[in-house]
Amino acid sequence: MSTSRLTITRRTALRAGALLPTLAMPGLLRAQPAAVKIGILQPLTGALAQDGDLGRLGATLAAEAINGAGGIQALGGAKVELVVADARSNPEAAVQEVEKLQAEGVVAIVGGFASPICLAASQAAARYDLPYIVDVGVSDQITARGLRNTFRFAPGFGMVTGTALENLVRLNDDAGKPCKTVVLVHEDGLFGSGLARLLQAELPKRGFEVLETIAHPTPARDMSNVALRIRSLRPDLVIPSSYYGEFVLLARTMRQQRIRPKGIYAVLNGAASNYRFVKEFPDAAEAVMDCNHWHDPRSEEAKALKAKVDADGRLWAYNVPLNYSCVKLVADAVGRAGAADRNKVIEALATSDFSGHILPYGPTKFVNGQNQGAAPVNTQVQGGDIKVIFPDAFADAKPVFPVQG
Amino acid sequence: MYSLAIIAEAVVNGLMTGAAYALVALGLTLVYGVLHIVNFAHGALLTCAMFAVLGMEQLLGIGPYAAILPLALLFYGLGYGLQRFVIGPSSHGEDRNTLLVTLGLSIILENALLAAFRSDTRSLGGEMGFDVVELGPMLLSRPRLVGCAVALLVAALLWLLLARTDTGRAIRAVAKERFGAQLSGIDPRHIFAVTFGIGCACLAVAACLLLPTFYVNPRVGNAFVLVAFTIVVLGGMGSVTGALLGGLIVGVVESLGGLLLGESLGQLGIFLIFILVLLFRPTGLFGARA
Repeated sequence: MSTSRLTITRRTALRAGALLPTLAMPGLLRAQPAAVKIGILQPLTGALAQDGDLGRLGATLAAEAINGAGGIQALGGAKVELVVADARSNPEAAVQEVEKLQAEGVVAIVGGFASPICLAASQAAARYDLPYIVDVGVSDQITARGLRNTFRFAPGFGMVTGTALENLVRLNDDAGKPCKTVVLVHEDGLFGSGLARLLQAELPKRGFEVLETIAHPTPARDMSNVALRIRSLRPDLVIPSSYYGEFVLLARTMRQQRIRPKGIYAVLNGAASNYRFVKEFPDAAEAVMDCNHWHDPRSEEAKALKAKVDADGRLWAYNVPLNYSCVKLVADAVGRAGAADRNKVIEALATSDFSGHILPYGPTKFVNGQNQGAAPVNTQVQGGDIKVIFPDAFADAKPVFPVQG
Repeated sequence: MYSLAIIAEAVVNGLMTGAAYALVALGLTLVYGVLHIVNFAHGALLTCAMFAVLGMEQLLGIGPYAAILPLALLFYGLGYGLQRFVIGPSSHGEDRNTLLVTLGLSIILENALLAAFRSDTRSLGGEMGFDVVELGPMLLSRPRLVGCAVALLVAALLWLLLARTDTGRAIRAVAKERFGAQLSGIDPRHIFAVTFGIGCACLAVAACLLLPTFYVNPRVGNAFVLVAFTIVVLGGMGSVTGALLGGLIVGVVESLGGLLLGESLGQLGIFLIFILVLLFRPTGLFGARA
């Protein structure tokens, strides 16, 4: 091996030396404040990779927006720098990644998506007084542990199901009570079973009769039997709580088997408010309702962001506006704290009245880490688009109910 | 209790699902029977095939049924190359190496797909998946009926190939007595690669038949592979008839179990069969004695 080509002559060294000051020039002209590092923890690989990817997209767009608008003003225009970590769809890996983010010196962590990941990661972050902002994870346990570093901007399970039941009753009453019987279809994990148990207890109190509760595994290879049972029971309403693939299979099979209930009313469903499903199977998706996270359809910033994501050929789902808003929440809190200091940021978050988000929420106010202004909305697939039908303050369409079979 | 009509429909549904399982299991059982390796990359290869079907439809406008022949040929070539130039040489004749190589291959394929297509769940859109055939009170999915028929046809062709052709005889010879086959002028490396290629071609056909009613994401193959292993054990390792019958039995058991015990508990039936077969007939229904 020859080393002669690597030899640096005195002349080259001099030339390089002459160039150096020009490289450093911008720094001399305008002292650039150190970038503020925010950790983005998402399940980028494994079973939840689709959601992790969407979450990262939202966070990236937020960082672009903040930096494009001149960075964090209170810190002399400091730029936001995202440090992305892969939670690999399991809590153990998420905890390891928190350690990495801690070593990287991030000022806060945003993300997690699934409740088990959020629970483990926020606990790990608590040891370093590292602020943790849950993007989606709905488990009510997350904010019930009294961890001062953990904040959830979005609504939790109790909030969502309460609103879902309230709006279902209202929907049915407004239409002259066409629905009396219900079949619940749910995935057999923590999320689906918990939801089904709650609905089984609450629906009879509100005048609905639950004909049957059908559990199915994830992944399910076939939904024919579930459809068969629904067909034989002839319920007025079907309430599915499943992940994306299974709900799409169910909706397709129901349509194929010509099962037309008066309504499909999903709660926190993986597909009912997903544009890919709507685009691929417009007939099966039409009129499906969901009570879920969503962006504020009347916000100009949300509309522009959605248009940008659509133009890039990317999928728009609730993960995008949620993570977008959470990253902006952190940047805002760093500004309020006046320094990228973790303890000061925690205090700033706890007293924050942040309003620069794009979600259909009331005024921001954290109590025990839960944003009291957070709320889910009811969406419905109408004419190949996803519209908000409740609450009235954010709705951009009227509900179509009961569905004409 | 359910009416007879519903139970009958569940049985037919089970048979149709079972035929798809059988097709996935055919490739697996063939590779095991001849190469004596458990191919861990089977699921990832199925996923690749499903993405290929999606690509054919979306980029070239070739529907899943028209894609069966070209994709089967393509995957035959792919499988042949994989075994001949990757799995074979890297295993150095040791079975446990092969096991690890296929496992590694599955990880590479899965993550390459994840990088290329992201983790979105995609489906073939359109009305095709909603076609039904009315048979008395039953509404049977047309694409699944077609799938069932093609799966039976493929199994028959495969059986003919193994029983009646020179290649088939060579495959069986290598499976039974590698050294003896070599002495008779058969190149085992070539036969191994041919077998692996046929296994992959089966997967390509399975993918074409599955996609009209199913979805695809980079991990979807795993959903079928565990069942396929059960079927291979049930039918007997290396047996084509066994894989076909095993697939149909597992399909019906799963379907009836799901109807009577609930979808989650219904899966128990599959594993119950697995354990019972291992206890009472370790060679499977049609397996030769070891």
